[in-house]
Amino acid sequence: MNRYLSVGFLLSVALLAASCSRKSESAPLPKPTAFGAAIVESSGGKQLAQTGTLLPQPVVVQVNDEQGTAVPGALVEFAAVSGVTFDPPNGLTDSSGQVTTNVALGGMAGRYQLTASTFDKSHKKVELKIEEIALGYQQALGHHLNEQYCDRCHNPESTAERVSNFDNLEIKPHPFTEGDTLNKMSDADLTAIITHGGPALQKSALMPAWGNTLSKSDIQALIAYIRAVADPPSRSAGPVYAKN
Amino acid sequence: MREKLTSLWQKLFGDSVRAFGVVSLIFLASMAVAPAKNFFSEWRHYQHGYVRLIRNRSEANTLQRHFEGGIHQIWLPELSVVDRCTSCHVGLKEASLTDVATQPYRKHPAIPHNLDQFGCTVCHRGQGAATTVAEAHNSTLAWEQPILPAKYIESSCGQCHRGPLPGTPQLNQGRNLLAREGCVHCHTVKLPDGTTMKATDDPPSLSHIADKTTREWIFAWLKDPQAYASTATMPNFKLSDDDARDISAFLVANSTPLAGDTLTVPAKAGDTAAGTSLYGESFCASCHAVQNAAGNMVGGTVGPELTKVGSKVKPAWLQAWLRNPRAYDAETAMPHYRFNDAQVATLSGFLEAKTDSDLLSNVHLDAASPEQIAHGKRLVSDYGCASCHEIAGIKKPENFAPELSRIGSKPVTQLIFLPGMSHTLPDYIAGKIKSPRAFSPGLKMPQYTFTAAQIDSLTTALLSLNDKSYSLPPSLAVPATPETDYQPAGKAGKLMTDLACFSCHRINGHGGDMAPDLTWEGSSVQREWLAQFFKNPGTLRPALIRRMPRFNFTDSEINELTDYIMTVYQSPAVDRDSMPLSGYPQGQIELGKQLFYGKYSCQGCHIVDSKTDKGYIGPTLTHVGSRLTAAWIYAWMKNPQALRPGTIEPNRAMSDEDARALTAFLISQKGGEKSAHASNAVKPRSYHVEVARK
Repeated sequence: MNRYLSVGFLLSVALLAASCSRKSESAPLPKPTAFGAAIVESSGGKQLAQTGTLLPQPVVVQVNDEQGTAVPGALVEFAAVSGVTFDPPNGLTDSSGQVTTNVALGGMAGRYQLTASTFDKSHKKVELKIEEIALGYQQALGHHLNEQYCDRCHNPESTAERVSNFDNLEIKPHPFTEGDTLNKMSDADLTAIITHGGPALQKSALMPAWGNTLSKSDIQALIAYIRAVADPPSRSAGPVYAKN
Repeated sequence: MREKLTSLWQKLFGDSVRAFGVVSLIFLASMAVAPAKNFFSEWRHYQHGYVRLIRNRSEANTLQRHFEGGIHQIWLPELSVVDRCTSCHVGLKEASLTDVATQPYRKHPAIPHNLDQFGCTVCHRGQGAATTVAEAHNSTLAWEQPILPAKYIESSCGQCHRGPLPGTPQLNQGRNLLAREGCVHCHTVKLPDGTTMKATDDPPSLSHIADKTTREWIFAWLKDPQAYASTATMPNFKLSDDDARDISAFLVANSTPLAGDTLTVPAKAGDTAAGTSLYGESFCASCHAVQNAAGNMVGGTVGPELTKVGSKVKPAWLQAWLRNPRAYDAETAMPHYRFNDAQVATLSGFLEAKTDSDLLSNVHLDAASPEQIAHGKRLVSDYGCASCHEIAGIKKPENFAPELSRIGSKPVTQLIFLPGMSHTLPDYIAGKIKSPRAFSPGLKMPQYTFTAAQIDSLTTALLSLNDKSYSLPPSLAVPATPETDYQPAGKAGKLMTDLACFSCHRINGHGGDMAPDLTWEGSSVQREWLAQFFKNPGTLRPALIRRMPRFNFTDSEINELTDYIMTVYQSPAVDRDSMPLSGYPQGQIELGKQLFYGKYSCQGCHIVDSKTDKGYIGPTLTHVGSRLTAAWIYAWMKNPQALRPGTIEPNRAMSDEDARALTAFLISQKGGEKSAHASNAVKPRSYHVEVARK
């Protein structure tokens, strides 16, 4: 009987081990054919996306050697807190020394730090940190309202479809990413200036009053958005989801 | 072995006292199981964690006062909600816990709904009555719908909100894609309000296809639609060469000529420069895209992409189409531009030159045999081509593909998953959209070219079509604003249909959103301005790249349209004759000017004096006094959103006096003939500067 018991025990341990190992099983890493000295961001940092959804643009990183020329065939791995997905999670740099990955942020609003890493010739890890911003419902609504009402004056960047009015204004508005200035303003101040216009805080009348056009919850959503995109980050925007 | 057992039995139950003691012990131990399970339960563990977490916070007193131990439950019988999620997610309602990163203690992000009114599972799915993490979050045999992944959460908004919401871009996009990408041509989608989702695209009729294009092009298109145009909506049916050959043979043999859909104009084609400028002046790019040398798509998505149109259409058909598109397709969104012979020749020459020599170079088709044509007809029926396209002699199939009205509640046990796929409904739906034919050989659903984000949007929209959207109380439903079937009457109505005004403009709840809503245009503008605008549509908003094209109107057509718009499209709230167009006292005009540049700082967005003002957002107001009526300006100052819902001009809650003064100032801005030219010349240039800077 003891024999049977021990055999059964061993079997169940083996089964358990098998089921656990299946979970952690992942595709083998591709073998690098070259090594770089530095890893830099080509595009895709500081993007906004709703929680859990894909970033609008893929993240592209480039591996360079000591002279700053691109290295094809180097292995790049992406990592972040759990909940963030990379497609693909790793890859070899292409002929222009770049790796492209599609990123979906986690289910919580906040800032996410992504790490792209490669190994140099002496097998030392070289890392690049990239920051992305996940918007919750209220912040995403604010993002939408910003595009409709605010962005044309507050964002100095023009696109082919939408020309910025920033340069046409005698007194320049603050871009919402300007954390140095906007983080110092309390929610009450921001509410006042959006509701009653610039003169409410002894500022320019070029900022009109929106209190009769936007609802109270719209204005709260806009403030939540402004807090979410501030750079340096605003304390009230919630935690930073970084890998420790 | 046997002896051992016997001696053990003797030891435990040898005499009655001993037996009583042992049985009592066993009984007590089994009695303790339930309290022990309760004591070591997961929710109690999480509540202990919460108490430890709040103890060290500055607002500990408040949080401790709010905290109550034990199982918490939100019970809403009318929503069939019994949610105990708050037993572990203790801090959901604590405003100060937004900075907590560890779950389950973080405050719920701000949403428009109250936890006590809706519970948790209405939006998040999962098993509300469960009190362990695994049972509440994961799917079990008894409970098939696990927690909804965060990326699909907007689908739950769609259970009640039938129309687009500003806070649910993904759901809105998914619904648009369902209607626009042809999904609902084959799949019926009945909505809880009893209506059926309607397609918003308009696949062309194939009954006269041979007049328009060649069999070789049809073959190449069927093999790979995206090789011809990367933006093509038509999916790839992965046809074999023989099948594509036979379908093209059938479509050409089945096509009948249509009177007036081919034409050879006597004029000679102009040069490329003339073609480029006519293409630009006619604002073809507002609807049609062309891929430029850098590989970027330039232009709108209303009409088909034209990058390789010269390899597709026959010149005689193209000329007839440009002359009057309604001869070939009465329902087309393309306006009848009234081009003259020279313009038709120039534009058709310009478009015919947009070819791709590689597209058809490898296509060599022999004359079709009757068997091939018959086989092609069978294939056209099998693949349900007539679900989207009108094809003479083939009836539109009913219920060609499975109905998707409640796909968001489909039991997982009824689904067949691919190996390696996680067994959840969202993954199944996304997988089906991504590669439909992978699920079993012989499936007919074609391969689309959706991006990953589009697949997520479509999955979100499909998950919102579920049983709950039917079982939730009807009082919760927020209906969509339905598109009306408004049609203008009489001669002007015919003219407006011919010009496809509704492709861009919206009137009485019907039409596109590319151009301004004209429902109250008759109260808004002056007659002379409108007539002049039809003759030569100038630039009102210099920063816009989509503008009103110029049609070759006759004077009587202009009169017809102007009379109709001025008479019919009037707002009951604005009597355009109630305020004069001139004769305001100078003092009032002066006050208006001060208000314009001072208190209200309108120059931030508008231009009145093109020398000093730079505002780019609203329309240029240098000529506003000869364009708008004074009564409209006054009403607009008082409340712009009342006249045009959703306009971004802020409502400034002006006093009557301020509004009157601004009206007096603006109506005095008549512009001169001379400055009209000047401002037209200046604005577009500064626009180009802006783009170049970028």
